[in-house]
Amino acid sequence: MSETLTIDDHDHHDHGPAKGLLRWVFTTNHKDIGTLYLVFSLIMFFIGGMMAFVIRAELFQPGMQLVDPNFFNQMTTMHGLIMVFGAVMPGFVGLANWQIPLMVGAPDMALPRMNNWSFWILPFAFAMLLSTLFMDGGAPNFGWTFYAPLSTTYAPPSVTFFIFAIHMMGISSIMGAMNIIVTLFNMRAPGMGLMQMPMFAWSWLITAFLLVAVMPVLAAVVTMMLMDIHFATSFFSAAGGGDPVLFQHIFWFFGHPEVYIMILPAFGVVSQIIPTFARKKLFGYHSMVYATIAIALLSLIVWAHHMFTVGMPIAGQLFFMFSTLLIAVPTGVKVFNWVATMFKGSMTFETPMLFAVGFVILFTVGGFSGIMLAIAPIDFQYQDTYFVVAHFHYVLVPGAVFGIVAGVYYWLPKWTGKMYDESLGKLHFWLSFIGLNVTFFPMHFVGLAGMPRRIPDYALQFTDFNMMASLGAFLFGTSQLIFVYLIIKTVRSGKVAEASPWEGAEGLEWTLPTPLPYHTFTTPPVFESK
Amino acid sequence: MNLSTPKGLVLLVLFMFAFGFMLVPLYDVICEVTGLNGKTAGQYEGELTSEKSEKSRQITMQFVVNKNANLPWDFAPDVAQMTLATGERKQTTFGVTNTYDHAVIAQAVPSVSPFEAAEYLHKIECFCFEQQPLEAGEHKDMPLVFFVDPDMPEHITKLTLSYTLFDVTNSTQPASDPHKVKKVGN
Repeated sequence: MSETLTIDDHDHHDHGPAKGLLRWVFTTNHKDIGTLYLVFSLIMFFIGGMMAFVIRAELFQPGMQLVDPNFFNQMTTMHGLIMVFGAVMPGFVGLANWQIPLMVGAPDMALPRMNNWSFWILPFAFAMLLSTLFMDGGAPNFGWTFYAPLSTTYAPPSVTFFIFAIHMMGISSIMGAMNIIVTLFNMRAPGMGLMQMPMFAWSWLITAFLLVAVMPVLAAVVTMMLMDIHFATSFFSAAGGGDPVLFQHIFWFFGHPEVYIMILPAFGVVSQIIPTFARKKLFGYHSMVYATIAIALLSLIVWAHHMFTVGMPIAGQLFFMFSTLLIAVPTGVKVFNWVATMFKGSMTFETPMLFAVGFVILFTVGGFSGIMLAIAPIDFQYQDTYFVVAHFHYVLVPGAVFGIVAGVYYWLPKWTGKMYDESLGKLHFWLSFIGLNVTFFPMHFVGLAGMPRRIPDYALQFTDFNMMASLGAFLFGTSQLIFVYLIIKTVRSGKVAEASPWEGAEGLEWTLPTPLPYHTFTTPPVFESK
Repeated sequence: MNLSTPKGLVLLVLFMFAFGFMLVPLYDVICEVTGLNGKTAGQYEGELTSEKSEKSRQITMQFVVNKNANLPWDFAPDVAQMTLATGERKQTTFGVTNTYDHAVIAQAVPSVSPFEAAEYLHKIECFCFEQQPLEAGEHKDMPLVFFVDPDMPEHITKLTLSYTLFDVTNSTQPASDPHKVKKVGN
């Protein structure tokens, strides 16, 4: 093996990518695959965003304006599915593909061929999911949580395509996660112990274990749906001795860890960015690692807080309420550590830092509304209102999405070798920040006042706040075009970046030359722990 | 299981997939043990001892019915409410008429509220233990024989037993499968 490698090195010295478009199909290079994931995630972000536009346009005024209720339901369902499985998860896998080998000093991911496969399943899965929009009976319209029997007995015929699309996405995520675990356990630079890994790598290691643990459960639950629909089983049909509530238990056994799958990598990104721009070491690295592990373990035992209203015994409600509230402790540790890292640091606010600080502030807002929802007696009032919508958009948009965007800004100079336009980046941040708050903050109020979610019409008194939310959504959505323009501009005409463009940045990725060679760390770097 | 290798991870994935299915019987067991969801047990086979009967007290029992998916059948309890002593054996009937012009198979699924009472409601005979074939226009009086365990907690003074009737004619599951039928009665 080593002989072949030497010969390879001799023959073509810089060993760049293959020529032609097929390079992207056959590539096993972690940088190429990372790019593919990120571009895919961006496209899905815009498709899901357009669906959000339809939802917000319909909700601009009370009464039925633009679409019929069934199509509205299809939009809410597809918006959720595409943002969760198409935008956020592939976005983080893209960041992992680019950064994990660079940050731990590995030449590539451990299983490069599988890496290629895990990406190329996705376009097919989403083509299949999106094709349901054009089918008889329309796309899935039962909400992204696809509760039975809405998704079994009363589902449109396209539900079968939805089920197989979910299977494919699951297989893709599981393979991506396995690749990350194997890489991190076996391919770290000599001298880098587990407790010396960068926080981004740690967050992803824990996320990957969550993925491997719960994506198969999602696969199991959609398989049961498939059997109920086509093979006359009665897992979720009361007539045959099954129970629709069972669906909710299995779904949320997957679903709750899933929300941490979408946020833990963002924790990792922010834990890389804040020390850089505060020019201080990350405060409490060890407590950060243990807090992340604690969040992941707790996430496996709290699922039924999504279903307080199904009629649980008081003991069950208390258990799930207290275990959920317990999650606030490790999360609080993390927020404290980020703030403590910034405390007395010599901070500057370049775009990645703006997104990271925005993350810390707004994610905490989402965390607080989460604590309110975790309290069982209060949840009875908030269940299925816009308050829930406000809560999870606060943790997902300025949480997960800001995490990805912050990471892209932070590492873009390394990936492209070019510097992005700082003032354009700042404009993107401020418009996004204002836009999303105008969109999602009023949802708290209408939710507390009792506006139900997933309904295309509403009572008159909610009009002002809904108009505000719609205007904010249009501002937030269109300002994402700045991001696309900025990336294209950076790639085509950005100024050449230095090898380490950020003054306070530490880590193996910044020791590499810029522009980044196609293959890096073919000889393992020497890692010195500080 | 070595979780740092693909092999170990694939095993973990397979295990978790199976675990998803294991949640189904696990859920049934938990519901049965705790009486969650108001799931009543199958046919009662125990004896009613005289020692138990001494703790007897008066309670109210209500019967309600639901017709799933707004089926046009007539389905109603013959007695909507009765008072009885705990430990006292009672019989009542539920009437159903198939208003379709074709034969159907119906299945009733019981549920008890409050759910803590589910494990104290003992059914000696119930039409919900079996699927009920009904000819076009046929009327049937379906019996229920039961008693309420005197051990039921004091604070429960009123029980509601609800039956939901489902049309299972088109369900391809074999009606003669004894295991399935038994499970339905749970």
